[in-house]
Amino acid sequence: MDFVPSFALTLPELVLTGTGLVLLLLAAWGGDKAARKIAIAAATALFVAGVLLVPGLHFGTDGPATLAFGGLLKVDSFALFAKALIYLAAIAALMVAPAFFAGPTAGTERGMRAEYPVLVLFAAVGMSIMVSANDFMSLYLGLELNSLSAYVLAAILRRDTRSGEAGLKYFVLGALASGILLYGMSLLYGFTGGTAFDAVRAGLSGTMGTGALLGVIFVLSGLAFKISAVPFHMWTPDVYEGAPTPVTAFFATAPKVAAVALTARVVFEVFGGQVQAWQQIVMFMALASIIFGALGAIGQENLKRLLAYSSINNIGFILLGLAVANVDGASAMLVYLFIYVAMSIGSFVALLMLRGEDGELFETFADIRGLSVTRPAIAWALLIFMFSLAGIPPLLGFYSKFVVFQATIEAGLVAFGAIAIAASVIGAFYYIKFVKVMFFDEPAGVVTGKSETGHWVLLGLTALIISPLGYLLTPSLTDLADKAARSLFIVLV
Amino acid sequence: MEGLPILSLMMLVPLAGALACLFSGANAARWIALGATLVTFALGVVLWSNYEIGGPQWQFTERAELFAGFSYALGIDGIALLLIMLSVFLMPVCILASWEAIEKRVGEYMAAFLFMEVLMIGTFAAQDLFLFYVFFEAGLIPMYLIIGVWGGDNRIYASYKFFLYTLFGSVLMLIAMFWMVAQADTSDIPTLMQYPFPAEAQTWLWLAFFASFAVKVPMWPLHTWLPDAHVQAPTAGSVILAGVLLKLGGYGFIRFSLPMFPEASAQFAWLVFALSMIAVVYTSLVALVQADMKKLIAYSSVAHMAIVTVGLFAFNVQGLEGAMIVMLSHGLVSGALFLCVGVIYDRLHTREIARYGGLAINMPYYALFFLLFTMASIGLPGTSGFVGEFLSLAGIYQTSSLVALICTTGIILGAAYMLYLYRRVAFGGQVNEDAAAMRDISAREWIMMAPIAAAVLWMGVYPESFLAPMREDIAVLEARLSAAAPASDAQLAPGTPRAEAANALPHHDNAAGEGAH
Repeated sequence: MDFVPSFALTLPELVLTGTGLVLLLLAAWGGDKAARKIAIAAATALFVAGVLLVPGLHFGTDGPATLAFGGLLKVDSFALFAKALIYLAAIAALMVAPAFFAGPTAGTERGMRAEYPVLVLFAAVGMSIMVSANDFMSLYLGLELNSLSAYVLAAILRRDTRSGEAGLKYFVLGALASGILLYGMSLLYGFTGGTAFDAVRAGLSGTMGTGALLGVIFVLSGLAFKISAVPFHMWTPDVYEGAPTPVTAFFATAPKVAAVALTARVVFEVFGGQVQAWQQIVMFMALASIIFGALGAIGQENLKRLLAYSSINNIGFILLGLAVANVDGASAMLVYLFIYVAMSIGSFVALLMLRGEDGELFETFADIRGLSVTRPAIAWALLIFMFSLAGIPPLLGFYSKFVVFQATIEAGLVAFGAIAIAASVIGAFYYIKFVKVMFFDEPAGVVTGKSETGHWVLLGLTALIISPLGYLLTPSLTDLADKAARSLFIVLV
Repeated sequence: MEGLPILSLMMLVPLAGALACLFSGANAARWIALGATLVTFALGVVLWSNYEIGGPQWQFTERAELFAGFSYALGIDGIALLLIMLSVFLMPVCILASWEAIEKRVGEYMAAFLFMEVLMIGTFAAQDLFLFYVFFEAGLIPMYLIIGVWGGDNRIYASYKFFLYTLFGSVLMLIAMFWMVAQADTSDIPTLMQYPFPAEAQTWLWLAFFASFAVKVPMWPLHTWLPDAHVQAPTAGSVILAGVLLKLGGYGFIRFSLPMFPEASAQFAWLVFALSMIAVVYTSLVALVQADMKKLIAYSSVAHMAIVTVGLFAFNVQGLEGAMIVMLSHGLVSGALFLCVGVIYDRLHTREIARYGGLAINMPYYALFFLLFTMASIGLPGTSGFVGEFLSLAGIYQTSSLVALICTTGIILGAAYMLYLYRRVAFGGQVNEDAAAMRDISAREWIMMAPIAAAVLWMGVYPESFLAPMREDIAVLEARLSAAAPASDAQLAPGTPRAEAANALPHHDNAAGEGAH
């Protein structure tokens, strides 16, 4: 068997794996003093891996030429699009980390641990495998590589009980979800006789038996846990609140992209012949996520917890695109993912910039009162992100909702779309609370510390993307998303 | 002027001004804002003078495919022209009204107003359905900030209510827009205005648009956000809310609901009439008992906007033209009345009517302006209010005499609450010493009031200047509506004349009659 084409297709993963292993050795010998350099090297590796994706993304790749390692992986435009987003999010998570771990909130005397960038790299490799999986075996392999890295990342502040609790909770519930997923996969294997996506798809054609249907439901449940869709969302607020903020920023972006992309691939490529079997499930999860994500956020005082509910809410809108079950819906979902990643990174970076005199971090509403007077730039950026998350034009967040709802209505799901958009008004309530607290209330005056240049750069960049100028990106973004979505449906045609 | 993208320019100038204001000190921001709004107004004058009456329906069109999913398409007809003129005319006045009243965060305040101006011009000029929605909805952000940051004591509640009410109305409209665009395969507004949507689909499309516009107008019982927002907003915020933002609802009806869904509009005319009749009588009565001046004018706005909706759904030329003139007139007059309130609020910091009295003695010029605008609000002949209300009611009389009868009581009730207000504020004895010590209006306040007074009189004495630009567009709209127009109850059917005179005597030379004898 000739492995050269396969290696060529998986070059970004190879770069990341190689760099990760080398950096792990460096971390072992260099210790935490080298952490900053290791982070820079890891970010560079991610950037290089991202650049390697560009030609494929630009020209669009699909068909049999994208299969690697005998059909275990499928490196099509869809995978490339998701990978590009994952790498960008991972770079952001690396950029914001050193300043956080050096601050007093992190409770570490020695600053960032050298393992942090390495774990982010391995998580990125795992996610790359997830999004290009073409077989349940490689799917599970990628998922676990990502999850195991993520558990450690959540608990990386060893002396902080909240961080430890978050890590443990994430691990226990994540293991449960993996179990559910594995059980579903074994059922599907039992009823179809294969683990490769096309084999399972062929086995599922025609009338589906109860066992196979149960398999589909279990697989979807396991994946719903990973994307934290209602009713499998309970872990999200706790983990987001407890995990160190850069890790939370990472969790809210890259793994979400990977899990959503994976779910899309599974439902379209494996269950694509049985749309009725899963469409209702996804529709329910979408509506429930939108409504419960919005309702759960209303009473929150902690901003990280609130953003966790916000991410559940956003997953609902992303699933809306999935529930449409056609190319337009998948494309809209990818556009939404891109904008969601930019908004999330921006909001978390802004949270990381809320520093006190000694560099300690603030994360409740009481601390950001009157922020527009004391730190106007951060307040205005947060205003942009919050109105954008609420989907108010002319910010780019409106465009993400625009494409998703357009796909929903064009597919004829009018009532479904109308309920979802009416529920989005509930979400607007707590997003505008952010603005109310920052702009209308008297200053609390605790946010006084200086912020790092890297944070400013990220904040400015994401705010610029989300600002109305971002609409100029939409033609090329839509073009890329369309290519990616079409490659996902090659088997259907 | 050929080839000059004047509409884009009119949006660019305030946008640049807004960005400059954000980074300027208080005094610089005031002057930048005034300069930007005046330049925009000058561009508006150029726009009007170059508008070709009787020319093509859509003029000054621009189109650029900048975005995926919708295009940047601008263009105006006579209706949009007049509403744009109203916006750019009121804007410098708003800036002047805030000159001294706003002391904290002036740069951000002025920027919010200039952003607001960009969005208002964009809403009226948009020729793409989704571009319209973006501008229409984006106005929420600056208005939320204006009410919330610079508003009165209860501003938080008012800003939330304003935001969530309006947002909820609009999102349903967005769903309807998606359906329409999918059906007609274009988001071009002029094309959609001629597109025959199936009658059964029109019903719910109309309702979805109605949800949004009825909140904006606002129609009873969705009006409750308006008194809160008006009372809590700073003076200039109230002027913009009453002057222009309420007109977005009326503009929505005339641009979308009526031409795009004529059958459904006829089908639901009873609903609009019923809500408008209740609004006219109920909110006028509520206005009568208000102790807060701003609240009184806010409720009077609801009553006046009900005359607009009645005129729009009269389905004839008088009604439509009258509705447009009421909108323009109400924009000027209610804006001016809020300015009048603002003038004395700046001096005494209360809006309570009982705290004033006898202002005609110590503030004669103020009393003069206040009287003029009070009379215009009542609809005295010679002021703009008369022209609009007369046309609207004449229009509705042709459709339904009952609706005309009930809505006309609004004029009487309007006279009651406005004259009562005026008597308590300007006439009578000077009961409060501090109110009696207030000085008359300053030069700045003269500059604010005089142009509006002139416009009110101009529109009242020679309305042709304002009717001419939109006559063709109203005629086109009327032609589109005529097929669906509901039957009138007020037109008498001519009977068949008798063959002979009424006093003709019966003849007895009937053959059958003879035979019976």
